[in-house]
Amino acid sequence: MAKGISQRFWGKLVHLLVLATFTILLAFPFYWMLITSFKQNLDLYTMENNPFLFNAKPTLDHVKFLFTETRFVRWLGNTAFVGVVVVAITLLLAVPAAYSLARLSGRWGERLGIGIFLTYLVPPTLLFIPLSRVVAYLGLQDSLWALILVYPTFTVPFSIWLLMSFFKSIPKELEDAAMVDGLTRFGAFVKLMIPISVSGILTVVIFTFTLVTQEFVYALTFISSESNQMIGTGIPIFLVRGDVYYWGALMAACLIASLPIAFMYNLFLDRFIAGFTVGAVK
Amino acid sequence: MAVVQSKIRSISAAQSPLLGATMFSPAILYILLLVGGPFFLAIFYAFSDARIGNAEMHFVGLENFRSILQSPSFRIAIRNSFIFTIGSQIVVIVGSSILAISLEKPFRGRGLIRFLILLPWVAPIALGAIGWKWILDSIYSVITWVLVAVHIYKPFSAPMWLGEPRLAIASVLLVHSWRLMPFSTVILLAGRTAIPKDIPEAAAVDGAGFWRTELQIVIPMMWSIISVAVLFGLIFTFTDMTVVYILTAGGPFDSTQTLPSLAFALGIQGSDLAAGAAISLFLVPLLVIIAYFMLRVAHRAEVN
Amino acid sequence: MAVVETRDLTKVFKEGQLGAVNHVNLETREGEFLVFLGPSGSGKTTLLRMIAGLETPTSGEILIGGQVVNDLSPRERRIAMVFQSYALYPHLSVYKNIAFPLKAQNVKKELHKERVEWAASLLGIAALLDRKPRELSGGERQRVALARAIVREPAVFLLDEPLSNLDAKLRASAREELERFHRRVGTTTIYVTHDQVEAMAMGDRVMVLNKGVVRQLGTPTDVYDNPADTFVATFLGSPPMNLAELGDLIVGFRPEHFQPAPTITDPAVPFRFKVENIEYLGSEWIVSGTLVGGKLEGKKVFSRLSSAQNLQLGGMYDFAVPQSHLKFFDRSSEKRVEPRAVSWQ
Repeated sequence: MAKGISQRFWGKLVHLLVLATFTILLAFPFYWMLITSFKQNLDLYTMENNPFLFNAKPTLDHVKFLFTETRFVRWLGNTAFVGVVVVAITLLLAVPAAYSLARLSGRWGERLGIGIFLTYLVPPTLLFIPLSRVVAYLGLQDSLWALILVYPTFTVPFSIWLLMSFFKSIPKELEDAAMVDGLTRFGAFVKLMIPISVSGILTVVIFTFTLVTQEFVYALTFISSESNQMIGTGIPIFLVRGDVYYWGALMAACLIASLPIAFMYNLFLDRFIAGFTVGAVK
Repeated sequence: MAVVQSKIRSISAAQSPLLGATMFSPAILYILLLVGGPFFLAIFYAFSDARIGNAEMHFVGLENFRSILQSPSFRIAIRNSFIFTIGSQIVVIVGSSILAISLEKPFRGRGLIRFLILLPWVAPIALGAIGWKWILDSIYSVITWVLVAVHIYKPFSAPMWLGEPRLAIASVLLVHSWRLMPFSTVILLAGRTAIPKDIPEAAAVDGAGFWRTELQIVIPMMWSIISVAVLFGLIFTFTDMTVVYILTAGGPFDSTQTLPSLAFALGIQGSDLAAGAAISLFLVPLLVIIAYFMLRVAHRAEVN
Repeated sequence: MAVVETRDLTKVFKEGQLGAVNHVNLETREGEFLVFLGPSGSGKTTLLRMIAGLETPTSGEILIGGQVVNDLSPRERRIAMVFQSYALYPHLSVYKNIAFPLKAQNVKKELHKERVEWAASLLGIAALLDRKPRELSGGERQRVALARAIVREPAVFLLDEPLSNLDAKLRASAREELERFHRRVGTTTIYVTHDQVEAMAMGDRVMVLNKGVVRQLGTPTDVYDNPADTFVATFLGSPPMNLAELGDLIVGFRPEHFQPAPTITDPAVPFRFKVENIEYLGSEWIVSGTLVGGKLEGKKVFSRLSSAQNLQLGGMYDFAVPQSHLKFFDRSSEKRVEPRAVSWQ
């Protein structure tokens, strides 16, 4: 809009300052992880050294340590395994449920949909106590299967909600046309809806996977031995030997575990927002 | 055409109820068993003397509640839960509103900035907390180094960011705000971009300046979105135990305990399942209130 | 009330490409209803937005009431604008919507009620003051948008296709209301549309634009009966003017002037016409077909007739165009030229 030139200049300057401040405040810890990962120990633990500079040559020692002398790789594998299985379970439960609630709904569908969403609000920090007993009873303590059993409790409700709004946005006429062409309703679901919904399903996959990697409480409660840890719990618990924090390796681990998830999440951001805003944004 | 339409109607009518029920019952069943069930179990344990490793369990009435209500660490935990939740929310509302305004119009590098800004939220929370633990380390903290370098503190006399109760509380509050900020920003941004572009233009033509447009037009139009961001933010912070567990383990001297972290400390680490369950039940009232407001927001969105 | 002027106004969005608005010069008359007419992408909305102050010109000047306003904000230009979507504030009542400009300009609160009620009664919406925009019909929303625009008594009204969101049926009555409104209030109005019927019906003058360039500025009679080039000739009128190439000229005649030969008494050019399609629209017929014989053999042409009972599909008839209604355009520049003698065979 028409404004004086100097007004525009100051406006841009303020804009730049605001962005810079927030970006630095929010991203700084990761930058710090990056630097710390590659600094030699004697550089890290000498107080006089300027921590913003590399006072000694950068080193790959911490990364090497992480991959060879800790169970880091194993934890990555555990997390990937749990992630894949939980994604499969979530899809199996959530996709049909979301479809039926979106299409064959009426009043019951609305109510059930809301009820399912509300279960997302029941936090792990409430359920972990009774669930620890259930897990022990089933003989699953210290097993990844405990997590596989329990994780869908938070991945499924949100996935149903996300997919419901997605399915609702596909016009009903498509299935009607398919049924006129001879498919049954279930056939229309499998042969028509699922292929069209690939992007929605992909969103659920990514979202579920990120939820699995971020989870802490259940992983902490149910898993005890070092080799069965997930990435979110192994790093804080087992990269501390006694009271000694191996900060270099610790920071490297945090960075390596965080960045891929960040990339994936970033790609699918718009869909996640749509899920959270429960249709408040149309 | 009429024949076709009645054919569709008969297919739908015949198959729908049964097919629908079959399709959503696995999910419903699972949720009932693994969310509903444990929820009631938690209530049950709160009234018992359950312990880890002990198969026996007896009903003890209100005994658990009586003892936790008398315990000072419980009172501190409730206080902290509210301080952290409400405090971080206030910081986040202000911060993310400003940030959302800054990110609204496209500019070069916006994608990269968005990625960087998202990092606190998308990284696993435990790992971000560990990062902060290093930044706030009692000896090697970079904050300490900077403050010493500009002579605000003498070497070795800087405060222990996680070691002194008041500072520890501030640090936990900081980390919670840091983690929540991207989430709130991104949702507010979505709300802003959903406002049709000609409405702020009409306001400009009508004579409204920046602040009037923001306060009287844009923010009221975003009310549902703002509510959603706030309600979710409250839940995420109130029910979180990870930040406290990693940063301070509830210390120093229980001064940073929250309801969830205390429940974990007593219930799992202390093996007293009953006490843990009882404490965690105190989360429920606030969750119910938040759920109520969520439903109202969703309902109003439907109506509009 | 003021005169809007633009001098060599240009807006280029992407460097190196043709501008959305190119070197437009215009001067409104006081109190007139001026229509910017053109297809989408013609620059008419961009031109309007620059006058409003919502877009910054790349070069050129905008003057309102004799004052250069390039550096003034929309608020300072004393203009009012009605957007295509009406842009009513959804969370405010009709009353508060109309009062908003007064509030924004720091008009004393005591005066609000009086002005809002004046504007509302002018547009016949006094009964709707407590409603919210979502409870209103399309026509009612337009009236609220107008009330909000008039309440500040601006110097210039800018309207951006306000009728395009209405049902076809509603459009005619809404159009009539706008015309009556303008006669009552008399403010200089600039109205943007792509609908040539609206332009002809409402405009005191019409400015025809294509690709950011003014093709013609004149009264409806001017642009319809004396089009400046082939673009204007075909843009106005439905079906568009029949055009055919003849040597280094383009010849044109409107469908309503292409009639069965027996009905024409003035000197006319005869054509042999093969009917290929007949559409009955109730009030008239649209007949299309091809010319047979002569230099325009095979050319598809339209005719508008008040009666076509005698015509059969596939039949061949003698049609003609009165000489006085033939238009001639230069083939390379597409601009209108003086009538010339041509041979049709």
